[in-house]
Amino acid sequence: MRRGARFWLQLGLTVLVCAFLVVPVVMSVLAGLSVNFFVGVRSGLTLRWVFEVWALYADTVYRSIGVALACLACTLVLGVPAAYVLVKRQNRWTRAIEELLVLPIAVPGLATALALILFYGQLGGFRTSWTFILVGHVLFTLPFMVRSVVAVMAAIDMKTLEEAAASLGAGFRERFFGVILPNARPGILAGSLMVVTLSMGEFNITWMLHTPLTKTLPVGLADSYASMRLEIGSAYTIVFFFMIIPLLVAMQYLSGDGGKRQGWNRAR
Amino acid sequence: MRRHLTRAGGPVWLLAPALAVFAAFWLLPMARLAAVGWSGPQGLAAYAAVITDANYFRSLASTVTLSLGVTAVTLAISSVAGVFLTRNDFPGKRWLVAMLTFPLAFPGVVVGFMVIMLAGRQGLIGDLSEWFLEDRIVFAYSMAGLFVGYLYFSIPRVILTVMAAAEKLDPALEEAARSLGASPWRVTRDVIIPGLAPALVSAGAICFATSMGAFGTAFTLATKINVLPITIYTEFTNYANFPIAAALSIVLGVITWAALALARSFAGSTVSAAA
Repeated sequence: MRRGARFWLQLGLTVLVCAFLVVPVVMSVLAGLSVNFFVGVRSGLTLRWVFEVWALYADTVYRSIGVALACLACTLVLGVPAAYVLVKRQNRWTRAIEELLVLPIAVPGLATALALILFYGQLGGFRTSWTFILVGHVLFTLPFMVRSVVAVMAAIDMKTLEEAAASLGAGFRERFFGVILPNARPGILAGSLMVVTLSMGEFNITWMLHTPLTKTLPVGLADSYASMRLEIGSAYTIVFFFMIIPLLVAMQYLSGDGGKRQGWNRAR
Repeated sequence: MRRHLTRAGGPVWLLAPALAVFAAFWLLPMARLAAVGWSGPQGLAAYAAVITDANYFRSLASTVTLSLGVTAVTLAISSVAGVFLTRNDFPGKRWLVAMLTFPLAFPGVVVGFMVIMLAGRQGLIGDLSEWFLEDRIVFAYSMAGLFVGYLYFSIPRVILTVMAAAEKLDPALEEAARSLGASPWRVTRDVIIPGLAPALVSAGAICFATSMGAFGTAFTLATKINVLPITIYTEFTNYANFPIAAALSIVLGVITWAALALARSFAGSTVSAAA
């Protein structure tokens, strides 16, 4: 098929959009690896800034991983059973509950954070601990876990599966762990990756909830952008890229093409 | 008998942990936030301050204008690119799509830094403009920079939504229109855009709500940009004006929630299905 002017115009626009997205990423990677960004790559390549970032901010990396894993554990324990009930009992009440649980992503994180501070700010031990941040992350990521598991559970014929298991004498516990969970695995996996990735990058809530001793990676990033030289901010950004790339690759691999990537719509 | 088998140990209580956490850490704190909003010297009038106070109103107006602008430009660019990527096959397409997916996981702060890379003091646009125009163009630390940042944030999301929706469109409809003599423009206007409409409405609402409430990008670029989330942050942190900060954030939350709810009533279930 001959390709007309429209094809080339649209291709041009699409390539331009990709350049807009990718060029700054490449620039920041180069900035983090060059001796002097102002002079450019000509000044030579170095890992000095990355090491400096590690010396300054390694604790934020560990804390972010810790918060993300704890957040994953919480959303699994809270979200998977909730999703099961939401699919199993579809009525006015469960639909209302589903709506409620999504509110923390329909409302700006800033509002959620202020509310948490005004309500729990006086509880000194809680306010200054990393669990305060964890609470914010769980509120923000739980809807993603629930939606992802609901989508898969709604697609499988849970009723028949459960009845078959029940007719063979399986109690509720056996059915839930032996039949429901294994069948819902794709949704649980996709939801888990989403939760970890979102928690790792969460800033809007975390910035308000953190204390100088509970900085996470994105909080440290904001800190370095504001107060460090450009090369350090860039090197720190490289560290962040390294942490999310495996998660993104896994997500891509899981979802194949299209479909579940739409979950990103509401992620901030 | 069947009912009896599967309903045994009726599992409604499995919702309890999620609901308890939600009530304790979101509903109750939000109720307190709303109460703090009218606890100040102005009382309930604090909620009207976003309209009656010239400063807050300017802040609200500029945030709404910015968000509408971002939404319009994002939808226009992403629809063209999204439909193009679904309808055409060419070498390197997979790479283009992969590049579009990478920035999805960037938090607002990183997006802000990307804008600084492009349009900051040592940015690419500055270098290029100095080279060609002998005048360094720097606009990262302003409303224009924020606009570019929100485009950066929204475009990949909306392109993926458009691609998913365009895949479900029936190409036969377009062929029928074409065979009846419709010009490419008429096919776009009368077949493709109506087909994509529900996806565009829901993606647009999400884009608008996100731009209204986002905080990280503005925070990275400049804490002086006059948008509502920054105003709230400044009132809370710098002036300890809790009633106003609370009232403004409730108002902002109602706006973003309403935008999403409205879009869903127009577009059917796609908005909720998206997340």
